[in-house]
Amino acid sequence: MPRDWTRQPAARAPAYRSSSMRSPEHARISMPATPTENIGPVFTRDSLGPLDHDLIVNHARPGQTAMGARLIVHGRLLDQTGRGVPGALIEVWQANASGRYRHKRDGYLAPLDPDFGGCGRVITDQNGAYMFRTIMPAPYPWPNGGNDWRPAHIHFSVFGQCFAQRLVTQMYFEGDPLIARCPIVNAVPDQDAIARLIAQPDMEATVPMDARAYRFDIVLRGRRASYFENRPEGI
Amino acid sequence: MSDDLHETASQTAGPYVHIGCMPNACGITGVFAEDLGAQMLQAETPGQRIAIEGVIFDGDGAPLTDAVVEIWQADEQGRYTTRSAAFSGWGRAAADAETGRWRFETIKPGAVPCPDGTVMVPHITVWIIARGINIGLHTRMYFPEDYDMQAHDPVLARVQPTGRLHTLIAEPGPDATYNFNIYLQGPKETVFFDV
Ligand SMILES: [Fe+2]
Repeated sequence: MPRDWTRQPAARAPAYRSSSMRSPEHARISMPATPTENIGPVFTRDSLGPLDHDLIVNHARPGQTAMGARLIVHGRLLDQTGRGVPGALIEVWQANASGRYRHKRDGYLAPLDPDFGGCGRVITDQNGAYMFRTIMPAPYPWPNGGNDWRPAHIHFSVFGQCFAQRLVTQMYFEGDPLIARCPIVNAVPDQDAIARLIAQPDMEATVPMDARAYRFDIVLRGRRASYFENRPEGI
Repeated sequence: MSDDLHETASQTAGPYVHIGCMPNACGITGVFAEDLGAQMLQAETPGQRIAIEGVIFDGDGAPLTDAVVEIWQADEQGRYTTRSAAFSGWGRAAADAETGRWRFETIKPGAVPCPDGTVMVPHITVWIIARGINIGLHTRMYFPEDYDMQAHDPVLARVQPTGRLHTLIAEPGPDATYNFNIYLQGPKETVFFDV
């Protein structure tokens, strides 16, 4: 299924200054999806640890937990036909509850949390569902226009079942007034496409007296069903 | 078709992509046992050992020191053996924080047969994410020694006019190392594909 570029960010988004020198100027060259793009790496649960999906404790000292409002983030990974994508690796990373990343290039004044690393990963179940536990990240300032603040967000890296589905995106939180002001968000030219990057509170999935929940469904490209369903092993 | 869902919009990986994709390499240790894709070769991996390395340059000629590069390739026989313990075909590396140089130790892939009977010459998919890149950039690296076969490759045939084809061909270096510099803009701009 060809990519719908009307719902994807342009390479060059002038208000997002980093893109000006990092955006190719030539048009992408279209090509048929070949076996190279129609197959992708496979990750298995045994390559992950038992706490990889739990950012509240996976970097915490014994007996401690990460600082911040406890959250469950969950949803389904789908393809464009609406089918769940099982067995897919999702990696996430985020700032801590004060908006600081555990990264040597992050110079924000807000403090690190010794009990929060900021990374997690999970493999979707047989229905394409995923879930991880984390804390609410805070907005943070970034050098762009002089006074830009990122809305609170979680970064997602998603593998599907073929390399053409590879996706990196960011999830935002409903009601954040910084979303509409963000040059990175606004690199996406379609308001409906932006709306689908905003996770919604999900009271049903809330754990009483423990964690609020947000739901974020992710849709990957394609697929060409006949090709996949008949795919011989290791074509 | 009208009932199809829309693909989720891409957003930049940002400057801190290493936290999620290769935390051990950026000093976050003790969370994940290992960074996925950091090592592609096993002792038993069949095939000719090669290394590929390069630097990604922006429009000012400055190296990208915050990029993450993934490669995806067939095995020595041109098969995608995703479940093989000996070789998965996928690797991931961070650009060096000072020089921007990234490097993979892998094997040379074989030619890949397509369902329509055509054959693709040996190639490695290279995929780049970084701050300032709103949607991952997808290109391919080809091998200089396969020059004669490349005229018949069904993907290379799409690169018209052919004046930019050379941007997809690695340069041979010593010790079976191939250099594949990537230029995001300018007269040497690398060919990127809409796959
Ligand atoms: Fe971020």
